[in-house]
Amino acid sequence: MAAPPSAYKDRHFLAVIGDEDSVTGLLLAGIGHVTQPPDAQKNFLVVDAKTEISTIEQAFDNFTQKRKDIAILLINQHIAEKIRNRVDTYTEAFPAVLEVPSKDHPYDPEKDSVLRRVRRLFGE
Amino acid sequence: MSGAGDREAVFPTRQSLGLMKNKLKGAETGHSLLKRKSEALTKRFREITRRIDEAKRKMGRVMQIAAFSLAEVTYAVGGDIGYQIQESAKQARFRVRTKQENVSGVFLPQFESYTTEGNNDFGLTGLGKGGQQVQRCRETYARAVETLVELASLQTAFVILDEVIKVVNRRVNAIEHVIIPRTENTIKYINSELDELDREEFYRLKKVKNNKQRDNDAKELEAASKRRGSDKENTADDPGATDILGEQEDQDVIF
Repeated sequence: MAAPPSAYKDRHFLAVIGDEDSVTGLLLAGIGHVTQPPDAQKNFLVVDAKTEISTIEQAFDNFTQKRKDIAILLINQHIAEKIRNRVDTYTEAFPAVLEVPSKDHPYDPEKDSVLRRVRRLFGE
Repeated sequence: MSGAGDREAVFPTRQSLGLMKNKLKGAETGHSLLKRKSEALTKRFREITRRIDEAKRKMGRVMQIAAFSLAEVTYAVGGDIGYQIQESAKQARFRVRTKQENVSGVFLPQFESYTTEGNNDFGLTGLGKGGQQVQRCRETYARAVETLVELASLQTAFVILDEVIKVVNRRVNAIEHVIIPRTENTIKYINSELDELDREEFYRLKKVKNNKQRDNDAKELEAASKRRGSDKENTADDPGATDILGEQEDQDVIF
């Protein structure tokens, strides 16, 4: 039934996969976190036109499965489009994956994985 | 016979009939409770989906404003501050904690944002110029992230509720379409089987009674005929009966 408390007790951080502007802005808000060295892991990934899709997928898997301290994963919608299959098949409650708009790509509710599920459930 | 339907493997006794009746009652109670739970959850679920829809739209607007304020910063600082910020991010100032909310026995986690005081990774950003814009941008983005956190808790609640509703509905359907008919079938089977036994017993008793009656009658008849026979014998033998006191001489008793 409901997730046990251990599933989300230690989750404190937000993670971002986004273009440079979105990441910069969110880091300014103070969500950036780098774990202690030696394995300094950032909780954000800047994606530009040259970033490989496999890198994005790897970061997505890392944030959603490997790391246990992330509560919310923010991902730009146009980047989520690139790994749409991963995002759509992701159904876990923790961390919550949230598609956010970016500066260059306005928000489209039709593409959002959660809103699509809402639509499907209510048969629209 | 009703044993043809799907039923449980029980012996048709009065005890198991009682057990089955209790079970049926329990299943019906459970069914109505679960149904109510499912309805309560669905109500909550609909409310949450509506709020998600609203929040997503609000998020679109908020992020637009935030992006605009970032553009202001870029203009004011006069260069790209992205690398500087990415390099100086060390400790998260903006964090979330989770607490639980109980909706008819389902624990829905809720994210709550808080800021840790004391560490400021971007103390030097915009020191040369544009510090005010940087400050404003930070505030705007902080508000935006708060909206995002709110949305994230709604979405998590959505995912969990979705799953729980599915489980509850599955149970409701299982009880309604499998357990209750099967128990009813079992009760019918036991009843018919008990009736059958009753009839058999009744028939047996009747048979026994008949047999007894017949035996008694036969005996009586026999007795009667015997009596009559002996009477007849008596009457028949009477004339020829030896008169022990008669003139016939007794035989000598020889010792």
